Amino acid sequence: MSILFAILFYAATAILVFGLAYRIRKYIKTPAPLKIPTTPAPTTTSGVAFRMFKEITIFESLFKSNKWIWLFGWLFHFGLFLVLLRHLRYFTDPVWWWVALIQPFGKYASIAMLVGLGGLLLRRIVVDRVRYISAPSDYLMLLLIIGIGATGVLMTFVTHTDIVTLKSYLLGLMVFDIRTMPTDIVLVIHLSLVILLMAIFPISKLLHAPGVFFSPTRNQVDNPREKRHISAWAIKLESSK
Amino acid sequence: MAVAKFDVPELKEYPIIPKLQKDAMAHSAPYVAKEEFQTKLGYPGELIDNWKEVAIEKMGELTNKYRSLSVYLDSCVKCGACTDKCHYYLGTTDPKNMPVARQDLFRKVYRRYYTLAGKIVPKLVGAEDLTEEVLDDWYTYFHQCSQCRRCSVYCPYGIDTAEISMAAREIMDTVGKGQKYCNEIIGKAQVLGNNLGLPEPALIDTLEGLEEDIEDETGVQVKMPLDVKGADVLLITPSADFFAEPHIDGLIGYAKVFHEAGISWTMSSYASEAANFGMFIGSYENMQKLALRIRQAALDLGVKRIVFGECGHAWRVAYSFLNTLAGPFDFLDQNYPVPQHICEVTHGLIQDGTIKLDKSGNDHMTLTYHDSCNVARASRMGDTPGGQFTIPRDIIRASCNNFYDMPEHSIKEGTYCCGGGGGLLTDDLIELRVKGAMPRMQALKQVTEQNGVTHMAAICAICKSQFSKIFPYYDFQMDQIVSVHQLVSNAIVLTGQTDGESDEENSDNDDSKDAEQAA
Repeated sequence: MSILFAILFYAATAILVFGLAYRIRKYIKTPAPLKIPTTPAPTTTSGVAFRMFKEITIFESLFKSNKWIWLFGWLFHFGLFLVLLRHLRYFTDPVWWWVALIQPFGKYASIAMLVGLGGLLLRRIVVDRVRYISAPSDYLMLLLIIGIGATGVLMTFVTHTDIVTLKSYLLGLMVFDIRTMPTDIVLVIHLSLVILLMAIFPISKLLHAPGVFFSPTRNQVDNPREKRHISAWAIKLESSK
Repeated sequence: MAVAKFDVPELKEYPIIPKLQKDAMAHSAPYVAKEEFQTKLGYPGELIDNWKEVAIEKMGELTNKYRSLSVYLDSCVKCGACTDKCHYYLGTTDPKNMPVARQDLFRKVYRRYYTLAGKIVPKLVGAEDLTEEVLDDWYTYFHQCSQCRRCSVYCPYGIDTAEISMAAREIMDTVGKGQKYCNEIIGKAQVLGNNLGLPEPALIDTLEGLEEDIEDETGVQVKMPLDVKGADVLLITPSADFFAEPHIDGLIGYAKVFHEAGISWTMSSYASEAANFGMFIGSYENMQKLALRIRQAALDLGVKRIVFGECGHAWRVAYSFLNTLAGPFDFLDQNYPVPQHICEVTHGLIQDGTIKLDKSGNDHMTLTYHDSCNVARASRMGDTPGGQFTIPRDIIRASCNNFYDMPEHSIKEGTYCCGGGGGLLTDDLIELRVKGAMPRMQALKQVTEQNGVTHMAAICAICKSQFSKIFPYYDFQMDQIVSVHQLVSNAIVLTGQTDGESDEENSDNDDSKDAEQAA
């Protein structure tokens, strides 16, 4: 079991890292030949950075759009963010002071996360418009993350795993030293689902995470009159005339 | 072909999100372009035999040329935020008019051929083969998108359905299934210089007639110059401004502003069109050809500035793309932005007191203002973000005593498309146009009832043509749509003016068909 999971962990990490790098490389290499920011848009680079910051922290556009999706989506993402930070304690020794500091918040954030996910799933089933646009994978993705969250919450609040052994196992993985992994069923499910999530990240809609940074309607500076914007293929097109 | 009867949507007290009705607009598709219009633009005359392979290959090519397309196809999480944002969905209730569902017509094919999951487990991730039915769906529903970008405002990732509908149209053109309305017009504009195919003598005739009209009315000789070398300003305006109502009253307004400010200006018979339908079909090359005519005209006439008249998508192409497509414009006077919007010019002249306005000239109207989608969400005016909202409103407020905005959700960046943008302003799509106008009509009705609004001003040739056509379906009068510079024209005090009375021009000519061609 310890060895199997070690292999799966390394494989999933490799897929995640190289898969994401491959997609991001494609986004970088693909030119944006025209200026298409959704206006009103910032006229400076720092303005764009601020716009982007608001998009990824408070989901500004989503807030304008729909308060329910915003509420559930934000609860889920912010919860997940704290939970992920809290999990750093299993990969660091000694635990960084600020990770120790957010520990109590991180614990309850997992519940916020589940509430958000539940709301999103409910909307997907109940609202006719959202149901219409949902593929099986859209439900499964929610269920997958709910599964991860639920098993995590179980281990935090109900049936604790042998956390000392687990931490030792994880620290070992980081230095390619395979130690013993606890084998209680909740933990095994939790870790299996996490591995699955990591592996499908670069080939699924989870690409919205890097994608948002490359969205021309959000990341372009509104200055087409001041500065000529031209892509490499457009220059080639011009010189071929 | 007679247009089938359809029900005009009922205007409710307040906006509601309608229930889905599958295939409610499945019957609506525009005429397919004939061979002559296709070949002129370098596309096959009819659907080619190996269309499927070519379409799939073109799709791959476009995802490598446009980052927007590439990122947007990957990023959608189907959250549903956009589902109630499209005026065509609100007006037709067809689920495929929800922005995400429209994108998915494209995305499901992309997933099938270009993603790992779509190749292995298509059913699971909603991937589908490209079939004749899918192509028909594309033709139907990518011609029910006016590329107004309202959905992109509300998407958490800024996914812009316009980018996807442009790509879909480009692919359809490439395999020989183009749209008649757009492609015929682009062909005309590339050869004759305007969407209508108006030759130079006809332009001269029209402009002379207008000069006489203004002199009769005001006693002042206001010029409408054409092809004048050495003028300071080259005015590029939609050709609808030359004859359609209320566009023409806007053109008279620009002329009076230039005259009163003592700015030497000219129009060009070579580039007598601001509109650029190349954008609607997603064709960089065709869009560039039209843009280069403007550059050429500016060089030939030796002007110092380029100013654009009232036209929505034209201003997007001008403001956002002209420098890219036809720049650099280092031969023009760098003290002025290149290009400038006529509203920026007029606004500046009002601010510094060069022109005087008598608001009572518009006392017979109570006004509201329709933000045109391309101006609102795809361009700017002035130095600060949002100038595209404040500058036209400042001009209207300076020109009249009675102005009220429509409800907040329906104006500025949230504005609803008129229903006729994006290459859909054609009679074969009249049902779509009427239904797509519903959200705007609802907002207009609200201020009509609450504030006694009598007229709506706009700065877009397509909006003006569309509203004058569809107003009667909603019990408005076709002349309730006015040009912003028509208001300026009614209010401006011309030096040496003999007659202060500027009665509302009324014209009963129904040139709407022609206006659609020119818009």
